[in-house]
Amino acid sequence: MSENKIDSNCLSFCAPSEVDLQKRDFLVKATAATGAVGVAAVAVPFVGSMLPSERAKAAGAPVEVDISKLKPGEKMTAEWRGQPVWIVRRSPEMMAILDKHDGDLSDPNMEVPQQPEYCKNKARAIKPEFAVMLGTCTHLGCSPNDNFAQTADWPGGFVCPCHGSKFDLTGRVFKGSPAPTNLVVPPHQYLTETTILIGDDKKAEA
Amino acid sequence: MATNKNTIAAGLLDWVDARFPLTSTIKGHLTEYYAPKNFNFWYFFGSLALLVLVLQIVTGIFLTMNYKPDAELAFASVEYIMRDVFGGNIIRYMHSTGASMFFVVVYLHMFRGIIYGSYRTPRELIWLFGVGIFLVLMGEAFFGYLLPWGQMSYWGAQVIVNLFSTVPFIGPDLSEWLRGDYLVSDATLNRFFAFHVIALPLVLLGLVAVHIVALHEVGSNNPDGVEIKKHKDKETGIPLDGIPFHPYYSVKDLVGVVVFLMVFFAIVFFMPEMGGYFLEANNFIPADPLKTPAHIAPVWYFTPYYSILRAVPPIGISQFPGVVAMGLSVVAFAFLPWLDRSPVKSIRYRGALYKRWLTAFVISFVILGYLGTVPGDVWGQFGPWLGRADRATVVARICMVIYFAYFVLMPWYTKKDKTKPVPERVTYK
Repeated sequence: MSENKIDSNCLSFCAPSEVDLQKRDFLVKATAATGAVGVAAVAVPFVGSMLPSERAKAAGAPVEVDISKLKPGEKMTAEWRGQPVWIVRRSPEMMAILDKHDGDLSDPNMEVPQQPEYCKNKARAIKPEFAVMLGTCTHLGCSPNDNFAQTADWPGGFVCPCHGSKFDLTGRVFKGSPAPTNLVVPPHQYLTETTILIGDDKKAEA
Repeated sequence: MATNKNTIAAGLLDWVDARFPLTSTIKGHLTEYYAPKNFNFWYFFGSLALLVLVLQIVTGIFLTMNYKPDAELAFASVEYIMRDVFGGNIIRYMHSTGASMFFVVVYLHMFRGIIYGSYRTPRELIWLFGVGIFLVLMGEAFFGYLLPWGQMSYWGAQVIVNLFSTVPFIGPDLSEWLRGDYLVSDATLNRFFAFHVIALPLVLLGLVAVHIVALHEVGSNNPDGVEIKKHKDKETGIPLDGIPFHPYYSVKDLVGVVVFLMVFFAIVFFMPEMGGYFLEANNFIPADPLKTPAHIAPVWYFTPYYSILRAVPPIGISQFPGVVAMGLSVVAFAFLPWLDRSPVKSIRYRGALYKRWLTAFVISFVILGYLGTVPGDVWGQFGPWLGRADRATVVARICMVIYFAYFVLMPWYTKKDKTKPVPERVTYK
């Protein structure tokens, strides 16, 4: 062995006739490429294992909510995909002023698609009395608090405890809030007069 | 090499040395590693950081013996450690206090590097490895903070993971991938546990190793910022201003360790929550995905960057600029070696201009840090003529501009600064 020492500098003293440099170059590149393909292939299960699992996806199924007990001016919270979904039954006083402060809003006309097309209306709702929206701030995902009491310069709505974003009773964001967009209205439909299905808006078969 | 082969110990040492570089390693890194003889107070924090690292690893190992990384069990298992496990409360408070003290020590260690120019040639790589350690440490602290599964754990993780959803195009998918669910959940807790107890500690240890290897290759800087290797003893080749790390600095550091441990255990025993700065009150409430606590703030060591995140207004509907600014404010340190154009390293020989900038930077950093712990409207609003902007937000924006200006304008003001002549050899002050 000692007489046949292999040196990394072999190229400089091995006779050119003994080494096919082109072949070696090809083999080095082919080996590296094969190795890279192998690494990429083995990365798939590792990266993929961090995606939501089948169980997590199943837990994200639509939920039914009974709103028969909700009184005017009250809010209830349902859970869909682990997130709070608010259902607010707006009182007549609340309904009266829904569009009286459009000038103070970032996106009063709901240009950013934060709601299904069928909720792109004055009340952001299928039935104007019932507001349905995700109770997570569009800034960084905290859950805003209720502040329904109307005052001279506050029409009632929600205030995020984290960074002070303010939303009105339709979930539209006030100017000057860190939140860039209105609250999300999730896809939903009425199964009966008093039952809402959250997470699915395709007309269900009976 | 030991010459007395009569003793078994020497024989054993020879046997080992023939198979493993034990004696030469001890010499190269301890007994014959020559460090400048003018180290001062600021040089305690490197070895203290190492001490805290060991404390965190040891206490962490013992915590995992009773902790359960499961959303149903995590909170109760931490309370179990606190109440029912013998010594559990001490170990847990050592770990939580250690996390904060790690940042205290590392911030002081970084500040030392900044004032004495320890990032300058030939120590750029030491500095870069150090910035890497800092980043991993932040990740380690963030992942660890979710584990008790309290309200602040939960909502803090929610906010930070959502930062990734602001990345253009891939953001929402990216944050879903990081969480492994549509919201922070059991899947998230489980993987954060994996990152916290094995993945990042391994990276951290590797980075600490290369940080020290690189340091011992080029030698330590010192408060004068002069190279002691320029003046060596003609016969021995030992730097004239150098003394062996062991026993001189090992003994000196021991003094620092004693003082540090007095402070450390005073906190562990008497005020482990540090008035809500080390352990936040809301974290003693179990995580509730449906209810955000009234006021969310990160732990104190993240607050300067958090303030910067809050201070940047969204552009259009994108939060991404704020996230980028926050990221840059951390990574900015990595560029120091190439931003500093001063002919001198140490603050002792810099002029007034640099000192003013550094002072402004430190003050901004502290104000940003404070503002990150309080709600944005803590100082009320300006009048209508300033659009009713939150006073605190405006102050945070000013501080943020100073923070970045310290880095961006550094090539200009360090060059323009009137420096003093640097001595050939180290001095004592």
